[in-house]
Amino acid sequence: MIAIVDYKAGNLASVKRALEYLGHECEITDRPEKIVAADRVILPGVGAAGATMENLRALNLVDVLRNDVARAGKPFLGICIGIQVLLDRSEEDRADCLGIIPGHVTRYPRSLDGCPLKVPQIGWNRVRQARRHPVFTGVPDNTHFYFVNSYYPIPDDPSATIASCDYGVTFAAAVAKGNVLATQFHLEKSGSAGLKMLDNFCRLNF
Amino acid sequence: MLAKRIIPCLDVRDGQVTKGIRFLENVDVGDPVAMARYYYEQGADEIVFYDITASNERRGIMLDVVRAVAREIFIPFSVGGGLRTLDDMRAVLLAGAEKVSIDSGAVRSPNLIAAGARAFGSQCVVLSMQVKNTGVRPEIPTGYEVVIDGGRQPTGRDALAWSLEGERLGAGELCINSIDRDGTKLGYDLDLTRRISEAVSIPVIASGGAGEPAHLRDAFTHGLADAAIVASIVHYGEHPIPELKSYLKSNGVEIRDAVTIDLGAR
Repeated sequence: MIAIVDYKAGNLASVKRALEYLGHECEITDRPEKIVAADRVILPGVGAAGATMENLRALNLVDVLRNDVARAGKPFLGICIGIQVLLDRSEEDRADCLGIIPGHVTRYPRSLDGCPLKVPQIGWNRVRQARRHPVFTGVPDNTHFYFVNSYYPIPDDPSATIASCDYGVTFAAAVAKGNVLATQFHLEKSGSAGLKMLDNFCRLNF
Repeated sequence: MLAKRIIPCLDVRDGQVTKGIRFLENVDVGDPVAMARYYYEQGADEIVFYDITASNERRGIMLDVVRAVAREIFIPFSVGGGLRTLDDMRAVLLAGAEKVSIDSGAVRSPNLIAAGARAFGSQCVVLSMQVKNTGVRPEIPTGYEVVIDGGRQPTGRDALAWSLEGERLGAGELCINSIDRDGTKLGYDLDLTRRISEAVSIPVIASGGAGEPAHLRDAFTHGLADAAIVASIVHYGEHPIPELKSYLKSNGVEIRDAVTIDLGAR
């Protein structure tokens, strides 16, 4: 069973539909005991860092995600806001985050070389695979994925970045550390390439 | 670099697509789910459904369409047409649409934009507007006026001012449809698109007038559009999406190479 963490944000159902399409059993849940019992855990969604962390705290899920999922070695996937709250802190709402991967989250520049940069980034961008990771199995390098974000993660350890992307700056589009994996792009909205990565995550042995 | 998006638009009435696709075989051209799947497989970057159902009683049919599309299409899609309240928007998003497109409803009640952005996030809210060149005058300094109700009703709002107002209220994207160009195949209104795109800091989608691949190129280069709506140019098979994309690519426009990855047996 794959637990999709319900922290009262949008976009959870689209991840569920994608997993069901791929034939993986899953459940949207906010109950700590179900998340502890799950084989794998996905933290998806769109939203703001501050509200996401507030909701996770109110649901008593912060320690569950830190200890019973990340530290316990359970395969964990964060998507979009789910990558941003993995780091120590976010400039968005000055939020203290989960601290599962050391680093911080900052906003895209408003302009680049004098030209205004549209923020949020909305659309398909090319993802360069920085190193081989089994989640990319069958996915060509430089494939486009769908992004919707105003902020991006900067992990302290550059080797945590498994894929990078350019939008005004070069940023970490996907990070990994042991059993913890996260993407800034929406796997559930990125066509067959996104589905393939979701499927890979669901089959990975960490 | 972010790719320019090509977005086919499907008009749906009572659960059926109204403009057929002549060239399709083995596809029920009236079935929005089959047509969406077709465009998804062709490499569309996003899909827009425009609900032109006239009667309120039959609007639930569109939600069934949205649910069915969401089960098998894994790219973003939006739904517009007749959305007037927060509940209308919520129903469409819960059914599985990534975004809602609001138009006349937002003109009548601008607070709908702000309420939608607060409730669902700006990225869910596309402010769409029908624009007509009605001549420069004090209340319409650009000469481009927003019209509603299928273009029949002038609003006295300048399209540029309304775009800025929409952005301020929290719209995540703007879709600018030129009524003057719609259906003409003369190309997008580049002046209109560019003026708005230069003024706002959210993505701008050009709409109305595409008849040739060069029209898309021009919308992205001269018009500074971030995305372009296509309808008859793709619906009647003259220029399928893969052809549009290879044309744009050879003209130096950053586009998404659609990949189809075998997901194995499911």
